[in-house]
Amino acid sequence: MFKKLIFTFLIFLSFTLGVSAELRIDITEGTFKPVPIAITPFTGGGDSELAKVGEDITQVIMNDLESCGLFKVVDPNAYIQSAQDVMTHPRFEDWKILNAEALVGGLLKRNGNNLQVEFRLFDLFTQAQLTGLALGADPSNWRQVAHKVANEIYERMTGDKGYFDTRVVYIAESGPEMDRKYRLAIMDQDGANHQFLSSGTTRVLTPRFSPDRTKIAYIDFGKDDKSPNVHIYDFASGQASTIGSVEGQRMSPRFSPKGDHLILSSAKGGSASLYKMHLGNKQLERLTTSTATIDVSPCYSPDGSQIVYISDRGGKPQIYVRDTTGGEGTRISFSPGRYDNPIWSPRGDLIAFTRQKGSIFYIGVMRPDGSGERMLDSGYLLEGPTWCPNGREIMYTCQPSSNAKVGLCSIDIVGVNKRKINLPGEGSYPTW
Amino acid sequence: MRLKITSLLATAALALTACGSSTDECAEVIGQGGLLPAAEALAAAEACVPGTVADFVDNVGDRVFFDFDRSAVRPDGMETLQRQAAWLNTYGNYVVTINGHCDNRGTVEYNLALGERRAFAAKEKLAAFGVDPARIKVVSYGKNRPIAEQPAGDEWAYQQNRVAITVLD
Repeated sequence: MFKKLIFTFLIFLSFTLGVSAELRIDITEGTFKPVPIAITPFTGGGDSELAKVGEDITQVIMNDLESCGLFKVVDPNAYIQSAQDVMTHPRFEDWKILNAEALVGGLLKRNGNNLQVEFRLFDLFTQAQLTGLALGADPSNWRQVAHKVANEIYERMTGDKGYFDTRVVYIAESGPEMDRKYRLAIMDQDGANHQFLSSGTTRVLTPRFSPDRTKIAYIDFGKDDKSPNVHIYDFASGQASTIGSVEGQRMSPRFSPKGDHLILSSAKGGSASLYKMHLGNKQLERLTTSTATIDVSPCYSPDGSQIVYISDRGGKPQIYVRDTTGGEGTRISFSPGRYDNPIWSPRGDLIAFTRQKGSIFYIGVMRPDGSGERMLDSGYLLEGPTWCPNGREIMYTCQPSSNAKVGLCSIDIVGVNKRKINLPGEGSYPTW
Repeated sequence: MRLKITSLLATAALALTACGSSTDECAEVIGQGGLLPAAEALAAAEACVPGTVADFVDNVGDRVFFDFDRSAVRPDGMETLQRQAAWLNTYGNYVVTINGHCDNRGTVEYNLALGERRAFAAKEKLAAFGVDPARIKVVSYGKNRPIAEQPAGDEWAYQQNRVAITVLD
């Protein structure tokens, strides 16, 4: 786990020169043009050690903002002022000549043993400060500080919550197709701080974060490779434990929005039904009762009132939504092909899914009533979508062709800014 | 590890000494002659001993194949399961696990359930043929533990992986 960050939020006095429509990013369709932003290299005020950290922090901020697809960093070779000068007397008119629309400056200071990072974000049209903060942290947490700065810039300009300091758990894969090793792994959303959480001696599948990100629920096949059961990894203890007895084959565990129970599927006798499993007393409560169909891959709506899941009761696997308290469920997917992995957006407005038609796989989204279905990406093998905590991006398993390595990709919900996540090896099934 | 007897070339001498009671396949092995690495020869020889794992795998057939997206046992699978049941009824000391598998042109989660459905379909038939269901466990690997490598579009390879395999424990 990260060491706890200590932040002091100091709002700078804004030297607003005029009031007009401020710079704000609003993307509702795929034709968005990234906002050009100048990010002057954060300086250490003559302290060479701090200067190096400042360079690293600046690099991470630039990478964060460009990776989200909403910003284009103006070539640093063209910059006309140092970060120090930008902090005190930014020459707005000169920066505008570089076609920049936003300007960032930052300073690093020592505060006892802590690092203090101050920065300012300016709108070059209104010549107003959009935000300014001072962040204090242990020097070893410089990456987190950089992500927090990028978050603040992103939030100020998009209105969406920043996600650059979030982490992703996924299944790291290695070895030949016939003797594949599967390991639970975690990394920052930009691929940094990669760490394995399981040794690879057991087959692990379908990890899902708890809502507070302190635990992961997943399926582990055990040392004998034939005892698939729900396991929970606890970051606080660094330990994994089995939960519940093996009666039927447990699949697709996922936490409830409050984190007090799991919702999962259990297969037995050729059918699979949905269950709640309370984490306190480990009691199972059956939710669907068909003895002939496969009901799998359940996921709660963010408010917990509804469940989206896959059922093949109509023949092929399709997406259904039902009230948590009961009901038959309503089918919401109707395009040709088959569906799997429906995942409710944290904003509640969309459901992401995998769709397979013939030999092509798609990642798509639709509204919870089934309307507005859109495919965001397609390829040889795409599956297992997971939402960025702010509901703006989706990450998923992607293998562009049969010979290609299996990896992770992310894409914006309007279908732009597809990018490949930097992994040390192969990987699948992210949870964000 | 497990070898199909028909693909082997065994030395007549080895096979002759190993085979106490010879099935048709054993006779075939003996008839082919030639040289064989020791391990393979041993496996071939072991298959000629009734009641062994190799006997079950090679002479009875441990796998039942399914059509794409299906879990209904086909007539060829029915014959295999009938042989398996007869064998298991003869050698009552074995318990088995039926492993359900799917090809890799699907998704992880649904295919775990589909694999279970295939393995259970095989279990049901074995039970119908008189094997005590208490002797039969079922586990599904979905698409995550292939039996054959699966290059894109290789229908034969996909077929190999749409399978329920009866494993003697």
